[in-house]
Amino acid sequence: MRKSSLFFYSLITELMVLSLLLLYGAIDKNTQQESLQEKAMLVETLQLTDLCLFTEARYTRHLSQADLNTAFQDHPVSLEHFPSGSFTQPSFTGMGSHEQLD
Amino acid sequence: MNSWIEKQRYIIDFTLSSLLRRKVKNIGLLVLYTLIVFILASMMFFTHSIKREAALILKGAPEVVVQKIVAGRHDLMPIEYLDTIKKIRGVATAAPRLWGYYYDNLVKANYTLLVPPTQTTTTNISRTTVVENEPNSQSVDLTKPLYEVNGTKLESGTIIIGNGVARLRQIAKGDYMPFLSFDGNVMNLKVVDTLSAQSELVSSDLLLITEEDFRKLFGIDKQFVTDMTVVVNNPSEMPTVAAKIKKRLPQARPIIRDEILRTYESIFNWRGGMMIVIFSAAVLAFVIFAWDKASGLSAGERREIGILKAVGWETSDVIQMKFWEGAIISLTAFFSGVILAYIHVFFMGSPVFEPALKGWSALYPNFSLTPFVNIEQLTTLFFLTVLPYTVATIVPIWRAATIDPDSAMRFTGD
Repeated sequence: MRKSSLFFYSLITELMVLSLLLLYGAIDKNTQQESLQEKAMLVETLQLTDLCLFTEARYTRHLSQADLNTAFQDHPVSLEHFPSGSFTQPSFTGMGSHEQLD
Repeated sequence: MNSWIEKQRYIIDFTLSSLLRRKVKNIGLLVLYTLIVFILASMMFFTHSIKREAALILKGAPEVVVQKIVAGRHDLMPIEYLDTIKKIRGVATAAPRLWGYYYDNLVKANYTLLVPPTQTTTTNISRTTVVENEPNSQSVDLTKPLYEVNGTKLESGTIIIGNGVARLRQIAKGDYMPFLSFDGNVMNLKVVDTLSAQSELVSSDLLLITEEDFRKLFGIDKQFVTDMTVVVNNPSEMPTVAAKIKKRLPQARPIIRDEILRTYESIFNWRGGMMIVIFSAAVLAFVIFAWDKASGLSAGERREIGILKAVGWETSDVIQMKFWEGAIISLTAFFSGVILAYIHVFFMGSPVFEPALKGWSALYPNFSLTPFVNIEQLTTLFFLTVLPYTVATIVPIWRAATIDPDSAMRFTGD
């Protein structure tokens, strides 16, 4: 078989695999609606405020509820002590009344 | 048209043979290229999906949460604040919340202890405005007591645990879990149920406990609660009501639902760049490697171009050959990288990112993300990876392809 044919076959195979994955994703998204609904219902029923992503410290567990001086204890934009702090952004809302630090 | 296609096929045949002559170098480039696409695509899929999921799940979060701040720290709230808040115009209802953290020394993990809100918090709410697409407004069965989860009633001396806690402690329904209370006594609470594994993204570390046990465990007086949730008559007035609460109770810190949603919208966004910073070193290495490969023609490649021109290839043919060389490598790497990233994020639970996301926590939720992937993401990735490489290979070749074949063949690279 010619090398160009082999290349196109492999490219078509990859495209088909990707399309199948995307198609599966679209179908799975519909089936996962039930799971999403369950999570949303639990949030509403128990009045939860945050995702359980980082449980290493109280202010990373409940990012939206953390004190304004945490999770950025040293400086509003300083790098965090806990690794997960590196994935989050300080809440700038409500910081307007603070002194300009820079 | 057919002759044009046939010509391109011959050029591709020749290009592939030429690439296979420098097997090690080109396979190395392909592997590195695939790895870069894989990492970038994984990042893109993971962050986009988790943001979408957070936005959908947290739509049902409390409209306004009111905390009390003392000396810059979150403090317990006197229950009488509830009446003050209820009297504010625009407030439909307000309810106290009791929740806190418990550090389990045995497994070095933090749990979130929560007293499920009583039914009164969600009943008798009269809104003046009906908001379309209000999440699950009909889904909460108001006739069902909220102290009951999956048909199991939560009573004093019992707890309902999140699936992550059950996994970590290797306990299940019917087992007892010891807690060290504030006065040093041990409280043994019976596990009556576990929250579903499907809900781990929100409930992995949760422990549902009765108010009586919660107060006994932490020694919190009945006069105090952790914070309060507020439901407003008109959801568009949430910021106004929050401002009124702040004015009436200067020590209060109201957090509106929009702020909660914004927190998760901004997650992985800014210093989420942290991951990008780490991987940018790898990207930079790839750029240098690709640039060197694409621009710095070896003596062999120069001679090859010289010979091709001498046997009758035109400059445009040489450029086409190099275009196909770039396209073959970048398209193969792009599709392989994207497929691997999809499998990594949506089928395997992102094991590459897990150590970074886990941080120092002992309890990490097991969750599978809903695949929110769109054409826009794939197009962005395509333009970020495939296009630069293909272009980078053509420009230097154009310079080499226009030189005289005789001097190209004589050039030894010294």
